[in-house]
Amino acid sequence: MEHIHKRFPGVYALNDVNYELRAGEVHALLGENGAGKSTLIKVLGGIYHPEEGEIYIDGKKVAINGVRDAQDNGIAIIHQELVLVPHMTVAENIFLGREHGSGILINRKKMTEEAQALLDAQEINIDAGVLIKDLTIAQQQMVEIVKAISYNSKILVMDEPTSSISDKEVAFLFQTMRKLTDKGVGIVYISHKMSELEEICDRVTIMRDGQYVGTKVVKETTKDDLIAMMVGRELTNYYTRDYQEAGETLLKCEHISDGKMVQDASFELNKGEIIGFAGLVGAGRSETMKCIFGLTKGAKGDVYVKGKKVNVNSPIDALKHGIALVPEDRKLEGLYHVQSVRFNSTIEVLGEFIHGISVDGKKEVDITQKYIDMMSTKTPTQEQTIGNLSGGNQQKVMIGRWLATNPEILILDEPTRGVDVGAKSEIYAIMNQLVKEGMSIIMISSELPEIINMSDRVYVMAEGHVAGCLDHTEVTQEAIMQLAAN
Amino acid sequence: MAQEATKKAGSTNKVVVFLKENMGIIGALLVLCVFLAVFPATSGSFLTSKNIFNVLRQISTNMFLACGMTMVIILGGIDLSVGSIIALAGVLAAGCVSRYNLPIAVALIVGVLIGLVIGVFNGFVISSTTIPPFIVTLATMNIARGLAKVYTGGSPVRVVTKEWQFVGAGYVGFVPVPVILMIIVLIITALIMNKTKMGRHIYAVGGNAQAAVFSGIKVARVKFFVHAFSGVMAGLAGIVLASRMYSGQPTAGEGAEMDAIAAVVVGGTSMAGGSGKIGGTIIGALIIGILNNGLNLLNVNSFWQDVVKGIVILLAVFIDYVKNTKSKE
Repeated sequence: MEHIHKRFPGVYALNDVNYELRAGEVHALLGENGAGKSTLIKVLGGIYHPEEGEIYIDGKKVAINGVRDAQDNGIAIIHQELVLVPHMTVAENIFLGREHGSGILINRKKMTEEAQALLDAQEINIDAGVLIKDLTIAQQQMVEIVKAISYNSKILVMDEPTSSISDKEVAFLFQTMRKLTDKGVGIVYISHKMSELEEICDRVTIMRDGQYVGTKVVKETTKDDLIAMMVGRELTNYYTRDYQEAGETLLKCEHISDGKMVQDASFELNKGEIIGFAGLVGAGRSETMKCIFGLTKGAKGDVYVKGKKVNVNSPIDALKHGIALVPEDRKLEGLYHVQSVRFNSTIEVLGEFIHGISVDGKKEVDITQKYIDMMSTKTPTQEQTIGNLSGGNQQKVMIGRWLATNPEILILDEPTRGVDVGAKSEIYAIMNQLVKEGMSIIMISSELPEIINMSDRVYVMAEGHVAGCLDHTEVTQEAIMQLAAN
Repeated sequence: MAQEATKKAGSTNKVVVFLKENMGIIGALLVLCVFLAVFPATSGSFLTSKNIFNVLRQISTNMFLACGMTMVIILGGIDLSVGSIIALAGVLAAGCVSRYNLPIAVALIVGVLIGLVIGVFNGFVISSTTIPPFIVTLATMNIARGLAKVYTGGSPVRVVTKEWQFVGAGYVGFVPVPVILMIIVLIITALIMNKTKMGRHIYAVGGNAQAAVFSGIKVARVKFFVHAFSGVMAGLAGIVLASRMYSGQPTAGEGAEMDAIAAVVVGGTSMAGGSGKIGGTIIGALIIGILNNGLNLLNVNSFWQDVVKGIVILLAVFIDYVKNTKSKE
């Protein structure tokens, strides 16, 4: 792709971008949210049409004017949000839109057999006859890949494929990717996770603000260089953390169970501490926190706040005891997408400015502004629809929303998921500031570097219980993985 | 920086914002009114105070329903039972007077309570199960309509008392009583939606029910309240209509739920839930009402009136769609 330009009203989304993919390589596309990665992919996929620029495949100039053109040219895109039909079988999904059969009748048997052959060829252990909804996210991703391969694609685009699968599944995904590159398929790989680049990618192209910054060979560069290229400046302190003497025990949880994912989990949190919760997906970390926040009906176990036993049966109870939870899945559990930043910022503290039928509009604006400033959220106005902000800014509004409740205990579940590096670093700095001011934080994260660099102590969960606790002086990736794998 | 943003937010006049956001339908309303006021065939009759109050009185029942429906749709649901509630509330209220000789005030209260009961039932089922509101209210729509027919044997329950007509056809000074009721109901609805915690919670649950759970909002209570409110509004519409027609009719309000939905949707509220304004609904109900009136004044036959109404709904929603896709780009 050469000299691609794409303009939207008011935004220069792509300004003279170049990207080159060789057969058999994994080429990462790196950049903060809003850098133009998705736009570039959409140009390649035929969804957007660039005002200027050319696309060459195998040295031949091609015109991609629609999704069909892209497919015909051997381009397949696996989107971040999977687009499989849940109530159809794996085989039906793979052959969606090009079903086998004669006339109007579908030859289900033949289709299932062929799909199974495709799956077997990739050594993927999935039955082609099962419904998509019965598969895990990782398995669904495998189906997407097989579907892409079945088009004989030469170019495969993967948009953040590892954002919601476990490490073990990531390993399998990478294996599958290598098999494909061995056969000469080129893979465009988009991810926010730096650690994955070293593992799977050959080259990396960096974009910033819609512009091409540069292309590097992964082996010949360092993480710091890449980050500097992405944000356009050196991030001197990516992680900010000043360790301090922890205070008295603030929260003590004993024998927490929800009867399913959480089995007898116990831990404690001291004042002025950040404790990290590590573990594989499905280890029961988020579920434990949901019990403590009063979201799980029939949860068992004892919760003590400042030595006193408390009953938490709803989020309202939890807030009363100074516990706030910023949920894991921003889109699903946090945002009111069509509403303004202000609505989203103040929904927890309506009681502070609404009394009966009188609304103190000024106070509402002030509260919103306080947390916009505190989190340095970038939004044109408070009326801005939150759905239009970048992931990082949405997350800042979410954290601000819960800080507004003045919690003593802040639970952050994957606070930097889908957040660009610049905003990540800012969120770390804010966390550090909060604990310095006496707040205590529980952070669940699947990013080990984040856990290791931010936590006073790290609890590792496995299969619903706490497998161990590591002090920040002794914590390493290996130690965590050993406990997590149990 | 902080001050600047505060100032900006503070100085944005809500009325100006509302006018800007609803330019399309407000324009349509004005065009419609100007046309009717100027067009020779209607210019003599449209812009008379008698006709204007007449239009407002006709709109009032739809406006009651639309107030409840706005909340229900913002919540992400729908209430199909309101048209049937009109009938059941009407025949039972009329029956109280003509069959049991109860005082008229009691009869009117009974009518509104009938609406409340069905609304509460809708709210109970919808908030405590995951059965879609469409199905639940489709069922209660049939039940209420059926009960109204069973009670009356299919023929109207007439009320001969003069006082009976006060609520539907009476006047205070020169203003029709239904118009006064309509204004009161609109004020109450606007207050609930814009000035109370419940109002915010309705937008929150409609925008993202799961997030509302994490926010500690009592989602079931919000759903319960909204459906009960919608039921009460339908009960109110029922007694006003029964009063105006001197009788409770088992066929009253047939298809009224669709007019209410139309008013809400023309007013810019999204069927997806989470956004919408009562101000838009008011304009939507006015457009539909004035359109009906204008077509009557023009002597357009009623079959064609339906066609025109359908086209106007489509146009209004289309303008909204064009505007939204533009602002997204």
